[in-house]
Amino acid sequence: AARAAAVAVGYLRYLRGGPGSGLQLRELRRARRQDIDDVGHKYYLELELEDVLDKDRTVNCTAEVLYHLGSKTSAPDVQLTVQGELRSTEEADKEFYNRIRSLEKELVAENIPDSHGNVPPELEPIHLLAWVASGYVIWQNSTENTKFHLAQVKHVKQVKRNDEDLQFDFVVLLHEMVSQEVLPWEVTLLWHPQRGARVPQS
Amino acid sequence: ANMKLILIFSALIGASLCLETFVGHQVLRIKTKNEEEVKQLQLLESLEHLQLDFWINPSAPALPVDVRIPAVSVQSVKAFLESQGIQYSILIEDLQDVLDKEKQDMVESAQRQRSTSTFDFGAYHTLDDINAELDNLASEYSFVEKIQIGESYEKRPLYVLKFSTGGSKRPAIWLDAGIHSREWVTQASALWIANKIASDYGTDESITSLLDKMDLFLLPVANPDGFVYTHVSNRMWRKTRSKIPGSICVGVDPNRNWDAGFGGPGASNNPCSESYHGPSANSEVEVKSVVDFIKNHGNFKAFLTLHSYSQLLMYPYGYKCTRPDDYAELESLGRAAASSIRSLYGTTFQVGTICKTIYQASGGSIDWSYDNGIKYSFAFELRDTGRYGFLLPANQILPAAKETWLGLKKIMEHVRD
Repeated sequence: AARAAAVAVGYLRYLRGGPGSGLQLRELRRARRQDIDDVGHKYYLELELEDVLDKDRTVNCTAEVLYHLGSKTSAPDVQLTVQGELRSTEEADKEFYNRIRSLEKELVAENIPDSHGNVPPELEPIHLLAWVASGYVIWQNSTENTKFHLAQVKHVKQVKRNDEDLQFDFVVLLHEMVSQEVLPWEVTLLWHPQRGARVPQS
Repeated sequence: ANMKLILIFSALIGASLCLETFVGHQVLRIKTKNEEEVKQLQLLESLEHLQLDFWINPSAPALPVDVRIPAVSVQSVKAFLESQGIQYSILIEDLQDVLDKEKQDMVESAQRQRSTSTFDFGAYHTLDDINAELDNLASEYSFVEKIQIGESYEKRPLYVLKFSTGGSKRPAIWLDAGIHSREWVTQASALWIANKIASDYGTDESITSLLDKMDLFLLPVANPDGFVYTHVSNRMWRKTRSKIPGSICVGVDPNRNWDAGFGGPGASNNPCSESYHGPSANSEVEVKSVVDFIKNHGNFKAFLTLHSYSQLLMYPYGYKCTRPDDYAELESLGRAAASSIRSLYGTTFQVGTICKTIYQASGGSIDWSYDNGIKYSFAFELRDTGRYGFLLPANQILPAAKETWLGLKKIMEHVRD
């Protein structure tokens, strides 16, 4: 059930995350599993979440994660409902957007956090966007036998675009708990303050 | 263009040597413009005799390629890049200069920290610095002794701190950290704990009565080869660094190598896997040294080991999913310890058997110790729960060490009584 919760959180980060907000699981309140013949295994979860930038506030969430039977190539289905309001990050998002848009040279960075766990404050929003991107990867690639966490952002490069989206090409390291492997993954993320984030299909 | 390639490469073949220092080595950052250029670089990468060391491998046009080039090949590689119109810049002019400076910095920093009163327990340190601090502790406290219980695969000493106020082979407690080298908060915490125990003896009632009755053996860096590797090469390295016959992959998961359900579920027989159990139980000298030491001593009552991350407090079994005979006592003691941990900063640790709490995993250390008569066998997974994972910020070392210590103390007090 903890593995299903990680998928739900990854999915939520992809949907609602941004440079100003980082959702994390505080507690898995309740979990139940249902085996559906010829379909797969469905987990019903009650989660308590917190924003890493505002730990005093928590938000509850119910989620359903369906792992499809036998299918190695299809992502689990996730449905979730967030109870209550997530903190608004409009100001911070706008500020970040303008800052990046006005950079003369495209942003490039490596090893976030570094070996000692440090993240320079100006790179924290990039770190959080990496969480969004890896949330997508985790959701898409999880099975009942895996539990992924973002271990480190190995490399990030901004790519300037002609439209209004920001584009970041990430190489992230994902730590898979069951096998203990640390796997590099390339993922491109587009983000816009109003439209949110998406991983373009290539 | 390909003819030119072949000509230049044959010149480079003649120039390749076996190098031991990095004098004159340059690190270039190559900016590829398109797939064609990426392919050129991948071709370059495949020429092993050039001994190019790619820090970032060519994969996609958008990502830079960083490569370390041995001195003899620098001019030729640059000529090749220029002839192909591939852009590059020099990241490091002379790698040896950079390494010399780094070494100098570390030596200076180490010299500043020669006495325990200036050792920064709230920072991450190199193996050399840690070993120096062990010497400091041993020299500062009469009841603390540094002993060597063996050597790692790469011949590094395995140093254990023995805390003993007298007696002969008193009932003893074992504590180790860093068996998985990337779990840096554990070696760091072990050092703080060593200092805490040493300095509190004589003033803290509980520690004093503990050490008056029992001995404590603390192995802060159970996997020194892996630890050095995380500093110089790959921060995410977990296993030992032993060469595996018949495989290009290196290292065995030292916590799948113990003789407890060895080779069973939850360990891999693939040498390239992070949970490779090794060719046989105790094949890893790092594991065998501990096994021999504990068996020869013959009077250990508790076996405690530190890992990260996930915030868990576990007892046997991992290799099978059935409860140990002492389930009730271990569960209750585990909960009491978790409670103590929580009392400091509110950090919650989940308690349970390894199999139920984390996953089925065979060949683990506390299963071995438990099956060999050491009842109080516990494995801790320290902070955090995934936000930073292995890369826990240094400013969390002290809080992690302090809260973990409360849990360990709870267990030790129970063992004492």
